[in-house]
Amino acid sequence: MTDPSRFGVYGGQFVPETLMAALEELEHAFRTIVPKEEFQEEMRYYLHEYAGRKTPLTFCRNVSRDFGCRVYLKREDLLHSGAHKLNNALGQALLARFMGKRRLIAETGAGQHGVATAIAGAVLGMQVVVYMGDEDIERQALNVVRMKMLGAQVTPVSSGSRTLKDAINEALRDWVANVETTHYLIGSVVGPHPFPTMVRDFQTVIGTETREQVLEKEGRLPDAIVACVGGGSNAIGIFTPFLDEKTRLYGAEAGGEGPGGRHGATLCRGRPGVLHGAYSYLIQDAFGQILESHSISAGLDYPGVGPEHSFLRDCGRVSYYQVTDREALDAFFYLSRSEGIIPALESAHAVSLAERVASGLAKDDILVINLSGRGDKDVAQVAALAGDTL
Amino acid sequence: MTSRIGEAFSGAGRPLLVACLVAGDPSEEVSLELMREAESCGADIIELVMPHSDPVADGPVMQKAMQRALHAGTTPGTLFTLVREFRARSGTPVLVLTYANIVVQRGIESFYRDAAAAGADGIAVADAPLEEADPFCRAARESGIDQILFVSQTTSRERLEKIAAKASGFLYLVAVLGVTGDREKIDPRVIGILQAVKAVSTLPVVPGFGIGTAGQVREMVRAGADGVIAGSAIVREVERALNDPRGTREAVGAKVRELASALR
Repeated sequence: MTDPSRFGVYGGQFVPETLMAALEELEHAFRTIVPKEEFQEEMRYYLHEYAGRKTPLTFCRNVSRDFGCRVYLKREDLLHSGAHKLNNALGQALLARFMGKRRLIAETGAGQHGVATAIAGAVLGMQVVVYMGDEDIERQALNVVRMKMLGAQVTPVSSGSRTLKDAINEALRDWVANVETTHYLIGSVVGPHPFPTMVRDFQTVIGTETREQVLEKEGRLPDAIVACVGGGSNAIGIFTPFLDEKTRLYGAEAGGEGPGGRHGATLCRGRPGVLHGAYSYLIQDAFGQILESHSISAGLDYPGVGPEHSFLRDCGRVSYYQVTDREALDAFFYLSRSEGIIPALESAHAVSLAERVASGLAKDDILVINLSGRGDKDVAQVAALAGDTL
Repeated sequence: MTSRIGEAFSGAGRPLLVACLVAGDPSEEVSLELMREAESCGADIIELVMPHSDPVADGPVMQKAMQRALHAGTTPGTLFTLVREFRARSGTPVLVLTYANIVVQRGIESFYRDAAAAGADGIAVADAPLEEADPFCRAARESGIDQILFVSQTTSRERLEKIAAKASGFLYLVAVLGVTGDREKIDPRVIGILQAVKAVSTLPVVPGFGIGTAGQVREMVRAGADGVIAGSAIVREVERALNDPRGTREAVGAKVRELASALR
């Protein structure tokens, strides 16, 4: 019998005993409530009427000319809130409401998941508290203001590296203390079971739509799909419906400063271990202490990764590569100027890797890039980095 | 074979004080002195914490102590040295508490073997619940030491029974819904849970988290606890006199004495 909490050897439920009852309750709700027509109908309403699904699959004439193959962008940047995070936030918030919980807590790095949770909380009438590292609050000021405008409380986290990892620690501590009234709305395919499976299922809408759209436009499946991987939810979301197909799948990790420098390339440069409830690849020292990650994009600045990605890496189904800060920045400007689409810095990593992948493709080959979010949140940071060259 | 921890509970004829310190806080040298000081001031069992960079079950006092210890260069090697040196002069049981990744990175069997060889009597892993406990329990059995497991007020009766069947030494009752650290009051629900745990297990039941005064110790004993674990209340004393090893020792000793007096 396969253990539903594992992906091969990865995953599991490494949490304090105090949380186990909540995980059992959540797993039960996920298994019994989500498949119900009543839930699915609500979900369809929120995704289609409210969030703006389905998102387009855009054929990019200019990028296709430059890359030398047929390039499509899956436009999660056009989803309400500006990123794919809302698919999962709406799903989990709705599930929490069905479970009778009134309070949502979330962690956020880039702020996109915090904004998505704040939006879901506002529209579903639930209280929202978002934990965010001090350093991220500084570099993602726009999203902090958005969350507050949406009625969420943003709680700064000043422990550890003051980034996403520490925000997750604080959210877990809050959940332990308020487990009876509160749902912890994890923003990626990380954490203890059932989160990696549940978040994947809520994000799979990206891949399901992509499959339908590409079949409609091209009459066949794509040759390659590229997505960025921090925790890995947008990547899992678009990969899942293609796992049993011949489509080659590529994940772009944060190469940060490049060889020898700081990075967020957990799968390329890390080693398996336990963090935030799951056994998965980690960036850690020889003794198991977690090291600080680095990326130009806050959303990829995380020393862990979803356990299913660890499994997909080991079995070779998905190939993971590093994209440096510099390369991501170049791709950010490239897409902005070639197609008039400003990508999130996270998604710019996928664009950069796609260019590399395209060099091995033929003219008629089909390449899909998951454009997981738009770059409005990053314009101040990029402007500061670019300085006079802008 | 009865373990040193088991014997301590059965032989004392009174509830025991488990005094918790972080290995290497504020330094390896002072840490050893503090273990000895805690013992001489009435601690019946020493719980030595191997620090982790991301201690999700811990509140601010323990987090800061772990940061201090890691900053001072504490590794599992430091931990085992401390246990070995303490053990050379003492028969007081030592329990090691840490997080799963610290054990996993050394190799579960190696970690337990090295801990046992150094003279540790039990290991508790804060983020290895029943679902993940098997490899740790197996390693404990093979190394001849106790695997301390946690129960909490959210633990169902069915789980309680399964946990009790796997644990040895004693059951660690998480006395609050939340992380480690001082609380003004004991959560009244703990009393009911204590009784429920005792009904399903013959192992000693020892509450920890949020217990930091003599009054709270007495309250737990009245409720039927076989001992109490005090962590943050003791570790805070280390923080108070950081640059003064003698002052640290005196402050830790005074706190341990206060808590121990409530058990005698």
